[in-house]
Amino acid sequence: MTTAPFVVLKDITKRWHGQLGVEGITLDIPEGSFTALLGPSGCGKSTTLRLLAGLELPDEGQILIDGKDLTTSAASDRNLSMVFQSYALFPHLSVAENVIFGLKVRRVPKADRKQKLRKALEITGLLGFEDRKPGALSGGQRQRVALARAIVAGQRLCLMDEPLSNLDAKLRHAVRKDIKKLQRDLGITVVYVTHDQSEAMSMADTVVLMKDGHIQQVGAPEDLYNRPDNTFVAEFVGAPAMALIGSAALPGFDEGTTIGIRAENIHVVPKGEGRMSCTVNESEFLGSETLIGLSHADATGLCVLRPGLSLMPEGADIDISFRDEHLHVFDASGQRMAAR
Amino acid sequence: MSAHVNLERRRQAINGWLLFSPAAVLLTTFAFYPSVATLWSSMFSRGTRRRPTEFVGTENYVDLFADPTFWLVVKNNLIYAAATIPVSIGIALAMALWANSKISARGFVRTAYFTPTVLPMIAAANLWLFFYTPGLGVLDQIGSLFGLPSVNWLGQPETALWAIIIVTIWKEAGFFMIFYLAALQTIPEDLREAADIEGASRWTYTRRIVLPLLMPTTLFIAVNAVINSVKLIDHLFILTKGGPSDASKLILYYIWEMAFAFFHAPQAAALTILVIAVLGIVAAVQFFYLDRRTHYQ
Repeated sequence: MTTAPFVVLKDITKRWHGQLGVEGITLDIPEGSFTALLGPSGCGKSTTLRLLAGLELPDEGQILIDGKDLTTSAASDRNLSMVFQSYALFPHLSVAENVIFGLKVRRVPKADRKQKLRKALEITGLLGFEDRKPGALSGGQRQRVALARAIVAGQRLCLMDEPLSNLDAKLRHAVRKDIKKLQRDLGITVVYVTHDQSEAMSMADTVVLMKDGHIQQVGAPEDLYNRPDNTFVAEFVGAPAMALIGSAALPGFDEGTTIGIRAENIHVVPKGEGRMSCTVNESEFLGSETLIGLSHADATGLCVLRPGLSLMPEGADIDISFRDEHLHVFDASGQRMAAR
Repeated sequence: MSAHVNLERRRQAINGWLLFSPAAVLLTTFAFYPSVATLWSSMFSRGTRRRPTEFVGTENYVDLFADPTFWLVVKNNLIYAAATIPVSIGIALAMALWANSKISARGFVRTAYFTPTVLPMIAAANLWLFFYTPGLGVLDQIGSLFGLPSVNWLGQPETALWAIIIVTIWKEAGFFMIFYLAALQTIPEDLREAADIEGASRWTYTRRIVLPLLMPTTLFIAVNAVINSVKLIDHLFILTKGGPSDASKLILYYIWEMAFAFFHAPQAAALTILVIAVLGIVAAVQFFYLDRRTHYQ
């Protein structure tokens, strides 16, 4: 295998009427990987995907796919496939016609077309639905038609723009697994846009977390969770998010630094033995555990997880403790400081 | 239990009839009754002082079929329809695709295309009269720049009908464009993007995606164009009055002439009935046959 990455974005910048879309996006994506672009709405993740697809052209920077410079190529010349959030199925064409639309356009011989169609429908579990119109399908089936259309041509790069956001929660979990399996079985490279961190964390090999048009951190899901590069990542990744505590509340830290700690690493200790005293402001029973939200003048998002049903009265004062090795320290500008 | 179900059902029925009645009353008064009355009067002879009207059955129709002017007028109208319907629809579609694309001054282009529709037909006809007038007219002025001889577009049998046809197309295309434009805007942008990614050219996308999705609109416009090809005759009064030697005379104009210039009302009624019958058949074919092959969203 070549060591050169399959998809390369070099310093991509795109502005909309002077307003910033994305800036300085640099990203290497290896072949056969599953990369998730994650971030809150308006962070530029969809723009990045559309730039990659050729639906928008960047103002600056370079896009290489498989070693070829495709920065200004038309979408149709990039040899990739895409699953749209709305699925973008052609409403007047049957499932089969929708799936082989691209093959027909690219003049694939009929016998070949038939065979590829059958395989794509088999993989996506749509055999028997060939002649249905999209209007006669459920949301989940439409989503699978969009998937079938994306894989039928055997393109090596597949872009997905929030493909699960129109499905209900239960189906979303099932399809998540299907997409992951599909990507592994076919060995294709997937770039996946989502605002749902649990989707990104559970599916992706690499997560690219974005905010305001800039990449905040690129890494494996566990890296983002265990070693957030800055306070934004710390607060975005994980449910519940990492609590951030001002250095004033804890002795032994430099002034202006922020200390992060995850709920699972916080313990409730008897009064007088803790490192911080806080007030209970809510108790949420989640089934296997209870999430207790705490308030403290110098901290945000402080909470603690206790096993089983363990509600605490609102307004109760409790002491908490944690170990130094579980702390993350960020400097005044929010960047992670070297491990102490 | 059943009493209040009955009451509910009756309430709904009354509601339904109340909603239905205004249209029913108006249509009956101004469409259905006149049609039946016309059919009835087409079967009577023309009354004069000496010979009062009498029932003659199909005689008016037989007379009509024996009338060479009738056949000439039918032929004119067929040419008129065959030219105006496809050409105005085609131009409307082309203009809509153009006015819907990302061009600068899009608002201006749309307004410009729509202007002929806003103009009353009589005013439009006067405008075109100025274009067509031999010697003074704009067409002749332009022609003379290139050394072409003066042409009396409206005054000679070979060109009169075509001059009329061009005015109609000019008038109709902008109107039909508005419907296409509205329909084009309901096609989601991501269909084009999906087609783009699948490798489809602009033309393939238009032919395989846009045109089929516009079919309901095309059907609607086609019905309107067919009706207009019979109905739209206002400009004849200004431009040619059906002449020269009936070369540009259309059926409705002929009906008007028969009824109000020659005062042969029963004959005019017979011709009207024929027009209604033909239009009814055409509308039925369009709706029952083409409708089934059209995708509605």
